[in-house]
Amino acid sequence: MKQSRRNFLKFAGLSAAGLCIAPTAAMASGGPGGAAHAEVNSKSLHAKRWAMVIDTRKLNTEEAIEALAETCHHIHNVPTIDSDQDIKWLWSGSYGEVFPEQENNFPSEAQETHRFPLLCNHCEHPSCVRVCPTKATFKRPDNIVAMDYHRCIGCRYCMAACPFGARSFNFMDPRLHLDMDNINMKFPTRMRGVVEKCNFCVERLAVGELPACAEKSEGAIIFGDLQDPDSNVRKALRENFTLRRKPAAGTEPGVYYII
Amino acid sequence: MHYGGKIITGLVIFLGLVSMPFWFNIGGSYEEPKVELPKNAKVCVAPTQNMRENHMKLLDQWRDMALREGKRTYISAKGDKYTISLQNTCMQCHTSKEQFCDKCHVDASVTPYCWDCHVPPKEAK
Repeated sequence: MKQSRRNFLKFAGLSAAGLCIAPTAAMASGGPGGAAHAEVNSKSLHAKRWAMVIDTRKLNTEEAIEALAETCHHIHNVPTIDSDQDIKWLWSGSYGEVFPEQENNFPSEAQETHRFPLLCNHCEHPSCVRVCPTKATFKRPDNIVAMDYHRCIGCRYCMAACPFGARSFNFMDPRLHLDMDNINMKFPTRMRGVVEKCNFCVERLAVGELPACAEKSEGAIIFGDLQDPDSNVRKALRENFTLRRKPAAGTEPGVYYII
Repeated sequence: MHYGGKIITGLVIFLGLVSMPFWFNIGGSYEEPKVELPKNAKVCVAPTQNMRENHMKLLDQWRDMALREGKRTYISAKGDKYTISLQNTCMQCHTSKEQFCDKCHVDASVTPYCWDCHVPPKEAK
């Protein structure tokens, strides 16, 4: 066959058209369900902005808070270290420690004796996220401030930035202080040299369960969607006087205290 | 060529030293590590050869899917559903780190740091 310019151009045009269609055709003829991909769990709980309301009229003793902390620390494999290098996700403080800018000279008896549960506030403007150089800590779309321990380099900027002292550093291998025969095998531990904190139980929300402390508090801790006007947390906020920690820091905490 | 003899002798010695590992292993036989396959499952999330070559990339993707995107259900190319979790999915079938993961990792002399945080299943004694 004589190779003419006309034939060459026809052939080139057809080839180009084929190249354009090929990827789409290959996609369409892929196996059932197409390529592998990930989905959100069907049982997962959703919110625009997760928040917590703690009723300190019901939950205000060291023992009660300690019991919640024990549950939390057990399911998340948080070690107890008997020194200032302890790791804590949930702990307690006095009124003055919790609301340092709102302390009076003559407090009520309740104010003086009550203990208040403390945890990461999952702020709307988290200063820890702003300073993290590796994006190991980040804010999820539902406003949970999460951590990716794979990326944490242990620089501790987040600890300096957090106005609430919600973060702990693993000065040593946490497994040295965990009873490795009785840990929660469904959750990882951490390693030496990373910072850790409360994760609002993302792993439980993903399977349709409420955070462990809220579940175990017998109604003293309410957990729900702050953006939904009909949610249980908004109802509690409507009906009660509440405080948040250190409003002057401007981080907009997601943990409210009914006083 | 100036110093030709010395240069060539030097080169020969150099090449001999560099190729030493090959000389040492001549005649030796290589045995593929024998990993223990799960007894309770026949299929993995991807074909065997793909897993063999790309499991580390898949684990990386799984980490980002679960942690960053909040998507914890994996739909494999075959359409099967899996929970994205090293401890709760992978290690439920591959019940022994020593008999599965370590076999190749030790052979290939790689030390992934998965187990610094993730807890391997208890080894049967």
